[in-house]
Amino acid sequence: MSASRANDAIIEARGMGKRFGDNTVLADIDLRVHRSEVVCLIGPSGSGKSTLLRCLAFLERYDEGEVELEGELLGFERGRQGQRVAASNRRVRQVRRNVGMVFQQFNLWPHMTVLANVTEALKRVKRLSRTDADNRGRAMLDKVGLADKAAAYPAQLSGGQQQRVAIARALAMEPHIMLFDEPTSALDPELVGEVLQVMKQLAAEGMTMVVVTHEMGFAAQVADTVVFLDQGKVVARGSPSEVFRHAESPRLQQFLQNYLERNAFWDTLEESTTHA
Amino acid sequence: MKFDLSVLTDNLGAIADGFMVTLGTWLGGVALGLALGLLVAVLQLFGPRWLRAILRVYIEIIRSTPFLIQLFLLYYGGPALGITLDAIPAGLIGLGVYGSVYFAEIFRTGFNSIPPGQLEAAECLGLSRLQVIRRIQLPQMLVLILPALVNMVTILCKETPVLSIITVPELTLVLSGIGSQTFAFAEVLLALCLGYLALVEATSRVGQALERRAQRYLGTSPVKKTLQEDIA
Ligand SMILES: Nc1ncnc2c1ncn2[C@@H]1O[C@H](COP(=O)(O)OP(=O)(O)O)[C@@H](O)[C@H]1O
Ligand SMILES: [Mg+2]
Repeated sequence: MSASRANDAIIEARGMGKRFGDNTVLADIDLRVHRSEVVCLIGPSGSGKSTLLRCLAFLERYDEGEVELEGELLGFERGRQGQRVAASNRRVRQVRRNVGMVFQQFNLWPHMTVLANVTEALKRVKRLSRTDADNRGRAMLDKVGLADKAAAYPAQLSGGQQQRVAIARALAMEPHIMLFDEPTSALDPELVGEVLQVMKQLAAEGMTMVVVTHEMGFAAQVADTVVFLDQGKVVARGSPSEVFRHAESPRLQQFLQNYLERNAFWDTLEESTTHA
Repeated sequence: MKFDLSVLTDNLGAIADGFMVTLGTWLGGVALGLALGLLVAVLQLFGPRWLRAILRVYIEIIRSTPFLIQLFLLYYGGPALGITLDAIPAGLIGLGVYGSVYFAEIFRTGFNSIPPGQLEAAECLGLSRLQVIRRIQLPQMLVLILPALVNMVTILCKETPVLSIITVPELTLVLSGIGSQTFAFAEVLLALCLGYLALVEATSRVGQALERRAQRYLGTSPVKKTLQEDIA
């Protein structure tokens, strides 16, 4: 990111913490995301990646610190003495209006057609007329390559297609920020590519994105910043080459090592042939 | 004594009136019960903590006391609390309140059967709580809970004779009056059985038609299948 954009934070989390009962899941998270920046969150399972992302959409209420979206405090308001008070549901929706979220399980509404999924919020929240909503809905489906599936129901689509519909549904609301929680983890391997392709295109168009992912290739190619989370703390962050090539933290080295071993299946192949 | 249906035909007008009262209090009670039940279920899920606690007590009390006693309390105990009701409204309200807790439980099961991720997606897109209930939850759960709802409606039908205890002039009261005047108990009991049988049968016919319609409407979508899988 250029220096001129240093103050142009679109997401700003300061000292954010989250507990579930006695279990501290996130501690002292500082995260600053600039306009058009792509941040990939990586880390072992259970490290708090999903929780962090969900706090940024206020699907989880954070306990410590503050999150601001485009300068507006998320989930809370400042009381008369400057203390933190819970914001109303309406206020939460208002501050969150420019955030789109994509889930691992797609979370489409099965009783509605693909087009109805995409246009529902346009009609009910943005109050677009049916025609305008349908037009924009079709444009969004076209963008993710599914214009011909408008009349289908979600369960008639493959996982990759469903996830692309979910992306179109979020994009229809013209968000400034897109949050992705492991968008390809529930997909068969051969369907991962089509979803990543849509995400790459979004990144190229300048969308601000925070992506929880295990696709290190995607992170290396598309991310401006990679953040490594471990046991609820940010352990490393930097450009993909800083994080992937010059890992200093032993936890990160271990994590990358595990990843390489899991993915380098051909090593085992060679061994078994030489032994044969 | 001879089996003589003229006892019934001679009193056809009175019997028809009683039937209409039964029908009216029953359907009115069902409507009230459904509305109250939905309200209770929604407030139980989304209301403030103190309200949820109160509703739990309400449900527990209604569920664990006999309907007859509840009616007595409403009709004879009501005036002491400043609630004075005629017999028919008291019967209708009593039936509605009694039904509401069972309807509420059915609705609650329905609400819980919708995967929470679907609701989070809606929330992120800016839909309000009410919009989520109306657009996402109710349409999916109604298909699922329809049989349970229809079952409860027929149960309420068969509870309407209890209203005779608080002098509601419904079918059972009218016919048992005729029975004790004429001693034609066999004829009267036969008429009663046929009357309730007709109502219950009509209800299950309507229920089946609704289910078929819902299935046809959802025929192109596998929603019913996915919902059943979610519950299993
Ligand atoms: N709703 C919840 N209630 C209690 N504990 C939770 C909840 N959600 C997540 N956790 C816990 O928080 C930790 C982080 O979880 P999560 O954010 O899902 O990790 P990740 O996405 O990195 O795998 C885990 O220990 C998990 O068990
Ligand atoms: Mg996760």
